[in-house]
Amino acid sequence: MKFAVIVFPGSNGDIDMFHAIKDELGEEVEYVPHTADSLAGFDGILLPGGFSYGDYLRTGAIARFSNVMGEVMKAANEGVPVLGVCNGFQILLEAGLLPGAMRRNRELAFICRPTQLVVENNKTVFTSSYEIGETITIPIAHGEGNYYCDEETMKLLKQNNQIVFTYEGENPNGSLEGIAGITNESGNVLGMMPHPERAVDQLLGSADGLKLFQSIVRNWRENHVVNA
Amino acid sequence: MSLMLEPSPEKIRSQRVYAEMGLSDEEFAMVENILGRTPNYTETGLFSVMWSEHCSYKNSKPILKKFPVTGDKVLQGPGEGAGIVDIGDGQAVVFKIESHNHPSAIEPYQGAATGVGGIIRDVFSMGARPIAILNSLRFGELDNARVKYLFKEVVAGIAGYGNCIGIPTVGGEIQFDPSYEGNPLVNAMCVGLINHEDIQKGQARGVGNTVMYVGAKTGRDGIHGATFASEELTESSDENRPAVQVGDPFMEKLLLEACLELIHNDALVGIQDMGAAGLASSSAEMASKAGSGIEMNLDLVPQRETGMTAYEMMLSESQERMLIVVKKGREQEITNLFAKYDLEAVAVGVVTEEKLLKLTHKGSVVANVPVDALAEEAPVYHKPSSEPQLYRDFQAMKIEVPNVVNFKETLVSLLSQPTIASKEWVYNQYDYMVRTSTVVAPGSDAAVVRIRETNKALAMTTDCNSRYLYLDPEVGGKIAVAEAARNIVCSGAEPLAVTDNLNFGNPEKPEIFWQIEKAADGISEACRTLSTPVIGGNVSLYNETNGEAIYPTPVIGMVGLVHDLSHITTQEFKNSGDLIYVIGETKEEFGGSELQKMLEGKIFGQSPSIDLEIEQQRQKQLLNAIQSGYVASAHDVAEGGLVVALAEALFGTESLGARVIVENEAVTELFSETQSRFVVSVSPENREAFEGIVQDAYCIGEVKDNGLLTISHQQDGLILDAKVQELESAWRGAIPCLLN
Repeated sequence: MKFAVIVFPGSNGDIDMFHAIKDELGEEVEYVPHTADSLAGFDGILLPGGFSYGDYLRTGAIARFSNVMGEVMKAANEGVPVLGVCNGFQILLEAGLLPGAMRRNRELAFICRPTQLVVENNKTVFTSSYEIGETITIPIAHGEGNYYCDEETMKLLKQNNQIVFTYEGENPNGSLEGIAGITNESGNVLGMMPHPERAVDQLLGSADGLKLFQSIVRNWRENHVVNA
Repeated sequence: MSLMLEPSPEKIRSQRVYAEMGLSDEEFAMVENILGRTPNYTETGLFSVMWSEHCSYKNSKPILKKFPVTGDKVLQGPGEGAGIVDIGDGQAVVFKIESHNHPSAIEPYQGAATGVGGIIRDVFSMGARPIAILNSLRFGELDNARVKYLFKEVVAGIAGYGNCIGIPTVGGEIQFDPSYEGNPLVNAMCVGLINHEDIQKGQARGVGNTVMYVGAKTGRDGIHGATFASEELTESSDENRPAVQVGDPFMEKLLLEACLELIHNDALVGIQDMGAAGLASSSAEMASKAGSGIEMNLDLVPQRETGMTAYEMMLSESQERMLIVVKKGREQEITNLFAKYDLEAVAVGVVTEEKLLKLTHKGSVVANVPVDALAEEAPVYHKPSSEPQLYRDFQAMKIEVPNVVNFKETLVSLLSQPTIASKEWVYNQYDYMVRTSTVVAPGSDAAVVRIRETNKALAMTTDCNSRYLYLDPEVGGKIAVAEAARNIVCSGAEPLAVTDNLNFGNPEKPEIFWQIEKAADGISEACRTLSTPVIGGNVSLYNETNGEAIYPTPVIGMVGLVHDLSHITTQEFKNSGDLIYVIGETKEEFGGSELQKMLEGKIFGQSPSIDLEIEQQRQKQLLNAIQSGYVASAHDVAEGGLVVALAEALFGTESLGARVIVENEAVTELFSETQSRFVVSVSPENREAFEGIVQDAYCIGEVKDNGLLTISHQQDGLILDAKVQELESAWRGAIPCLLN
């Protein structure tokens, strides 16, 4: 399976994402610049964390107009798995691939620390290797992770089982219903504030994020064999 | 409307305009002598910034000569953007510390942010990939709104810059003391990695080669920032707000990536950051180091504002800019490289044979001065020094053992002192994990960052207990280096080298100059004994508010090498049943201690003593024991003494406890700050092997699984019995509580 790590000006989680896939997952991965015209040949698309365009104007608001985003939208609509982490999640929201918006953290300060997440839905291509209700340790590092949506959207998110991860215990950033990650309606686009790519090696404190990437590969392989 | 009414040379001389820029009468006469004429306004500006203490070290040069700067592994000592030390396998570590104290006192967010931005540029201008940031901060007591504001904004500024650029802020230290109330200290350190063949120099070599300006445009911000940094703060310092620069970490991220691509292009000849004194210092220094000159056309300098004068352009400290020299004819290639990152790279001048900095603007020559005069020939002052009466008084005092009635309450109070309390509130605002290599996060003795594709790691720390230096600058200077090395050793690393940031008051006062001299003597001796040469650093003088100096604060930044990831050790106890050792004997030493400060509200007497030979021997033995795998946890005994070290070793564990027995006088055993001591835990099966290596280790107790810290005295029985949870919540809650 071959992954693309999209690099926007100001991305800084790109290296972490790249190494998680290459060194820990052992799959193929390439950096793809924001100027790219095509994502042909990639089986999974990763939008890393960072401060694309310095977070100027609004997080993700400028990056979503990058050349490559048209291709990301196209791939998402074709069912290719797309994962946006932190700033990547914010870009997916701005691009309209996921519903809702981000506000500044409740305490108005950046927070970096390990958090406990509950796997709310393990029937997605991103979470099938987890148990439902399992608690996993994945770090957060953001200033704007306070997820918000209107009541109607929240109803739909719940109805369609789109809430994939919630924070266990104290809600670190004030996000609605403790939401840490959501998918689109068809389940192939996941946005999450916590960083699974930072939790792939016990040496650094947790390897709980690895299963997320393993789920993507497993589902891709199954699909691939069926379709072959 | 023309605003270009710069004073004429005659007026500069007759109305002493130079004095407003910071030049003395004698210095102005020297400039006239060098030039053989009276300098114009732009030239006077060039000399005034280049001869400021901040750029020329004119007051501190005789001091800096004391430091040992060489060693087997030193690839680059002081003089370039940052020092470099070999770490084997063709790799090297690059690091430096720098202060941004005065800007942070006036405009704390931007002052701190641009301090971080500046030190990062120093590291990548050497060709290195920055991998970690640390800091060392000093504030007044957290009991008034101004100090709280400074503290919050400085932390937010460091976070804002480091988080955005994507370099983890992995460690640091903070002390609070009234002497810093009006003059906080913000020192930032950056650590980078480099392959030997990529090491760059800031030199303008090759007559005819092209001088290019890269990065952000030049504006009117930060003009005369270096001069401002070389004066005391007064009530009118707020008027200097325009001398504080504004940072753009996004721009610097682009510049960083572009420069790291640039160093692999053979068209590059030299590269230097435009830091303090901006275009003036980078051009003059690059030419001077190469023995050449530079001619620049200032019309070509990318400008953010209209109508800028030559003076303003040369002295601007706008951030995120670099000056590079490239081979003649290769300019377009370089412009294209930077364009990929949406950055400008513009040819602004050429390297010349004559060693002059010649500037033209709007068709006329606006400056023509010898580069060496600017970069090398600033006057050097040997300031008078005199031993203060206060020091003699401190030395003559007899310090009693403080009277402690309730050991548990005293411990809880000590753990709630902001200098000892958990700094989580601070470091949880820093992205300390980005780049996914931080093995030991902030909060342990030293941070540890792995080196990808090897089995090695780097340990790093900043340290300085300025209270000891206030009582005795020489001994305090030794202790600062020794404690930094202790932290490095506790993490399982071999100490490599030092970068220092000498923060002191006004050197024109003989008592202050005496502090600087003595501290440097202490630091030098410790660096020699511990084999950690000083490979670079920064001097920040004039840290005074309305005539009151800060405590002498020479911050030591140290980096060590972890030879194997399995050596990495942290301060927390690991397993119930492990034996607890203290390495080193305890003496009655309370001068400058946390206990003295807490009980008396001030510090006095003699600082703790230190024997550097013993220090060196213990560190060597402990490191040997750690590398042999006999040590489960290691922590140095510092502020608050043994009992605080024990408590800290229990925090963050899964409900471990400790039972400890002390033999001698209990207050001394628990709270004295005698140096060269460690608390380590050792699994019982390693007991013999450990004791065989570490000579002065005394087994004082055992790790328990009961979540209690109990301490008994051999004669008096139980003297302290506390729930670790209770201690930990006091320790974690103190700073958030003070800020609310």
